Amino acid sequence: MQKIGVFVCWCGSNIAGTVDVGRVVEAVRQEPGVAFAADYQYMCSDSGQNLIKSAVKEHGLTGIVVCSCSPRMHEATFKKTAAAAGLNPYMVEIANIREHCSWIHKNMEEATEKAIVLARAAIAKVLKDAPLTSGTTEVTKRALVIGGGIAGIQTALDIAEAGFAVDIVEKQPTIGGRMAQLDKTFPTLDCSACILTPKMVDAGANENIELFTYSEVESVKGFVGNFTVTIRKKARSVRADLCTGCGECTEKCPSRKTKNEFNMGMDTRGAIYIPYAQAVPKIAVIDREHCLHFKTGKCGLCERTCSAKAIDFAQEDELVTRNYGAIVMATGFQMIDPSGFGEFGYGKSKDVLTSLEFERLMNAAGPTGGHLVCPSDGRHPKHIVFIQCVGSRDTSGCGKPYCSKICCMYTAKHAILVRDKYPDVSVTVFYIDVRTPGKNFDEFYRRAVEEYGVQYVKGMVGKVTREGGRLKVQGSDLLNDRQLHLEADMVVLAAAIEPDPTARSVASMLTASIDTNGFMTEAHPKLRPVESPTAGVFLSGVCQGPKDIPETVAQASACAAKVIGLLCKQKLVNNACVASSDPLLCNGCSSCEKVCPYGAITYEERELNDKGVRRTARVAVVNEAVCQGCGACTVACPSGAMDLKGFTNQQIMAEVDAICR
Amino acid sequence: MPLNTSAPAQTGEYRPLIVAFCCNWCSYAGADLAGSSRLTYPADVKIIRVPCSCRVNPLFVLKAFERGADGVILCGCHPGDCHYTTGNYYTRRRMTLLFSMLDYLGIERERTRVEWVSAAEGAKFSATMNDFARTIRALGENRKLRDLRCGN
Repeated sequence: MQKIGVFVCWCGSNIAGTVDVGRVVEAVRQEPGVAFAADYQYMCSDSGQNLIKSAVKEHGLTGIVVCSCSPRMHEATFKKTAAAAGLNPYMVEIANIREHCSWIHKNMEEATEKAIVLARAAIAKVLKDAPLTSGTTEVTKRALVIGGGIAGIQTALDIAEAGFAVDIVEKQPTIGGRMAQLDKTFPTLDCSACILTPKMVDAGANENIELFTYSEVESVKGFVGNFTVTIRKKARSVRADLCTGCGECTEKCPSRKTKNEFNMGMDTRGAIYIPYAQAVPKIAVIDREHCLHFKTGKCGLCERTCSAKAIDFAQEDELVTRNYGAIVMATGFQMIDPSGFGEFGYGKSKDVLTSLEFERLMNAAGPTGGHLVCPSDGRHPKHIVFIQCVGSRDTSGCGKPYCSKICCMYTAKHAILVRDKYPDVSVTVFYIDVRTPGKNFDEFYRRAVEEYGVQYVKGMVGKVTREGGRLKVQGSDLLNDRQLHLEADMVVLAAAIEPDPTARSVASMLTASIDTNGFMTEAHPKLRPVESPTAGVFLSGVCQGPKDIPETVAQASACAAKVIGLLCKQKLVNNACVASSDPLLCNGCSSCEKVCPYGAITYEERELNDKGVRRTARVAVVNEAVCQGCGACTVACPSGAMDLKGFTNQQIMAEVDAICR
Repeated sequence: MPLNTSAPAQTGEYRPLIVAFCCNWCSYAGADLAGSSRLTYPADVKIIRVPCSCRVNPLFVLKAFERGADGVILCGCHPGDCHYTTGNYYTRRRMTLLFSMLDYLGIERERTRVEWVSAAEGAKFSATMNDFARTIRALGENRKLRDLRCGN
């Protein structure tokens, strides 16, 4: 005989404000199997949990229903409470009367009725609950970080520092990411390369870190603690073990027309190249698409030049398969292509740049050696116009609805750098709002205005046109209610940032979810910001949302802490809600095996005792350590042999019954 | 007819019974987000949590109609985003077959629906439920399978 206790939470006024909890308690008391029912202000509090524990003991309860917030919030809490009271934790069901009831209904009568129905469904389910025990699995003590920018590097360094092995997969030939392309960093004006490159070197030299550069994730299998990942190491056509990074081949290469990605295509590089001087690893790579040897079969100058004999035209892609306990997404961002916004003339005039292009133009290692000149004709500019929110906070559908967060600050930085180095150049910034929340951020922006005399104009630019070798900028000055027609030599667009396009396919492989803007979804937006909802997958850096460098580094370290916490565990407790097959009903048809995404079902010859009759049969067997509990097999099974613990056919049928009563 | 639940239920007003099966990883979380964002939809919708939309046995849907549900909706992760990689593809195929069979049996196509709602789409969840409830209210009561039951 089951004895169920029902505990209705007020959640302060969150539930009790809309749901008459007293009536819910009265109603559930009438339900068959219910031996005890009570309400309390905060059931998740210590005293609320004590109420549950003492009721279990006092009334000899065999199962518990908590009518409260979402099970995604407090199911684990109440399972622990039940366990502490000596109950099996799987004898607990949650009726979600907050997110699915009190918060979305305003009429008390309706909300109360619905809460009673939801409570009944949970009672019906708990009556069919069975005590479950979880198995355990080992944790592979190695982590994979996908993306070798500052986020990935910081996460990997922290994990390695804790003594665990960690691999970084980076699609570019070097780690470093976007930060390597930046000139200075706000609000301190540190040189970006100077603070990044020591970390790159550390990552390259750390014995716990292995770098897979010029590599991509090919496939991911498995689950938390036990991922199996295949990495494609693309053929560099240069032997990493022999190349000394001297760079002689890159100078001799006769094919010089390839756009240099590192300098945002503002200059060219050879077909064999090293991305930049501080690249880690400093190994040349042949871009086969542009290499004369691969295009025509001739040339081979680099091979003849290389004294280390490192050139290997026959090199092929290599597939490496490894096991990992945790996977970190650190796939970063790119800038949107602003040519979709025709009014700014990007792509029509070389003097209209994105901020990242401007960053390279200001950099000593950039295409002009750090001299600020107009890309169209090399003249010294007199007036530069910066336009903010290009494609950010744009609800028209052309751009992104979100704020890219970093543009206000880097534009202030650019303005200060220009005015500091070239006091003769005047600077105007068109903005919608200047957003400067952050340590020393507003002070920095005020310096741009007050100390450096940067003209800030509130308003958007409507048109940028070429006129007589210069640019004409037409924009509105909202504060003075007038239109401005300015002559400019350069226009710099603070284009929106968006997640790197490769993140989507990697996320699909990891079955980690993505939001409508392409950013990775976190397990909880406030309380679990560095974990993906998929167990064992963690989020580092801008792949989760726009961030500046300090925030990225902070999140990267937080992410590492979570990974270390996982890798420290000797064993992981498996999901107890796994499939199981009744051998007496199984007819060995293999339908379940075919739909299982994990290969958790195998077939065995079993000796069966079928009501006294002995027979051998080929029956399905579920590997509980591998089964993730999706239930695909339960529906595929034509004989009803396969069921899912915790979500059995009987339980769900009972819920349907209770709701449709 | 106002669909917002802020309108009190008037006596005699037809209130449909809608069963929504939501997968734990995307749609149930999407429903949670609709809740925490206070995006209303009618109280007619009652949610049953399943690990994956592919856990929904066609018999559950039949059972719901048999017991007097007026509409049944399944919500899962978007194609390609299934937490279990491929579960929602099975859902899509199974339910396509089931819904056309139900249609043949006289349960209108509009009473059954499969929708993909991610954990980030609270607004979509609410909009979907509002739309579905509106559709079911317009269709009225479902008596098709109930009539076949004896003595109940």
